[in-house]
Amino acid sequence: MGKELQVAALENGTAIDHIPTSAVFKVVSLLQLQKLNNRITIGNNLNSNKMKSKGIIKVADKFFREDELNRIALVAPNVNLNIIRNWEVAEKRKVVLPDEIVEIMKCNNPKCITNNEPMKTRFHVIDKENVVLQCHYCELKIKKEEVVLV
Amino acid sequence: MNPKSLVNIGDYSQTDILRILESAARFKQQPNRDLLKGKVVATLFFEPSTRTRLSFETAVNRLGGRVIGFSDSATSSSTKGESLKDTILMVSNYADLIVMRHHLEGSARYASEVSPVPVINAGDGANQHPTQTMLDLFTIFETQGTLEELTITIVGDLKYGRTVHSLIQGMSYFRPTFNFVAPDELHIPEKYKQFCDTKGIPYREFTEFSPEAINSADILYMTRVQKERFTDLMEYEKVKNVYILHDKMLEQSKENLKVLHPLPRVKEISQDVDKNPKAYYFEQAKNGMYTRQAIICDLMGIDAQ
Repeated sequence: MGKELQVAALENGTAIDHIPTSAVFKVVSLLQLQKLNNRITIGNNLNSNKMKSKGIIKVADKFFREDELNRIALVAPNVNLNIIRNWEVAEKRKVVLPDEIVEIMKCNNPKCITNNEPMKTRFHVIDKENVVLQCHYCELKIKKEEVVLV
Repeated sequence: MNPKSLVNIGDYSQTDILRILESAARFKQQPNRDLLKGKVVATLFFEPSTRTRLSFETAVNRLGGRVIGFSDSATSSSTKGESLKDTILMVSNYADLIVMRHHLEGSARYASEVSPVPVINAGDGANQHPTQTMLDLFTIFETQGTLEELTITIVGDLKYGRTVHSLIQGMSYFRPTFNFVAPDELHIPEKYKQFCDTKGIPYREFTEFSPEAINSADILYMTRVQKERFTDLMEYEKVKNVYILHDKMLEQSKENLKVLHPLPRVKEISQDVDKNPKAYYFEQAKNGMYTRQAIICDLMGIDAQ
């Protein structure tokens, strides 16, 4: 091999690679990793050929639902997702931003009803390429950099 | 199935708009009809707006319906901390339709989702006020005989003016041309220019209230330039008297021109314009009642032929 792995290999589980360094802990929160008892390895500011530096998250013995994984697209649309079975990459996936985002982010408008009433937030993805969302209620448009997670 | 509500002018298709305008024209001919006999309409004004509330309440009263509600959140249970959802569910036990004005943006959409009866948005913060747009469209239709291919000059606060943004949206089906006249600080936001571009709607921008902007127009839509919108008060002092319409400025305007204003007016239309037959803003306000009669009956599934 000649090259040491920066984060230990997985036998079974999910590996999320090429996470922008600024998004690593947002991905942790989006996948609710803090609530899991599985073995989790988080690496950040690692060397990368593709990116200047990157983050990696590996979760042992955990296979997320598609809608859970797609939430990542909100903060890191270009990650590489590998489903590992028996030390091998069994499946390579890309995350896809859904048409609608419910509950996981806040509306940035303090005068929006969702910030003043006990209710779920809801956003329509109006531009998948550049990640632009629009609040279903107050109609405020929110860019990727402005996303605030709940 | 959710009842149909009116929250955003975008909830109406071109067909919906034309259906409502035709119905409003019939209500203008005959506004006193017993179409809402035995019905109760709630007007929930969490934020006071006497003008809009009176227009809605008169619309219902003239159709034989009854009105319940409040005109200020101080007299509602929201001051006790009740959620909007609970207020709406409670009121929908009593009323067949809810008209709501609320200071929070998105409140009307949410109310329409939790309410088992139709909801009409009478203004949700800076967001939407679709019945204002419908009465503007009705007035344009009434005075021009068509909505198609008109030149509309909009003057004043184009940055924050909610009625302006909704008017652009509502007119977009009918191939208009816009002249946007505003001081630098209050010019039309980029997103509305993009909206016009994607719909192929031609527009011009003016920072001066020039004769050209007035004389090319079929409709001159005036709005208030509010002092509190300015970050730089020097700038306000510079522009506050620039966007005032005087009667003399209408001398070379088109025969069919009508001057509209969502009211209340402060100084932006000089009193000497009032007697000009082209001044139409008070009639425009009256049209609000007929338009609201049409919208209420439409949402309640009442045939208003």
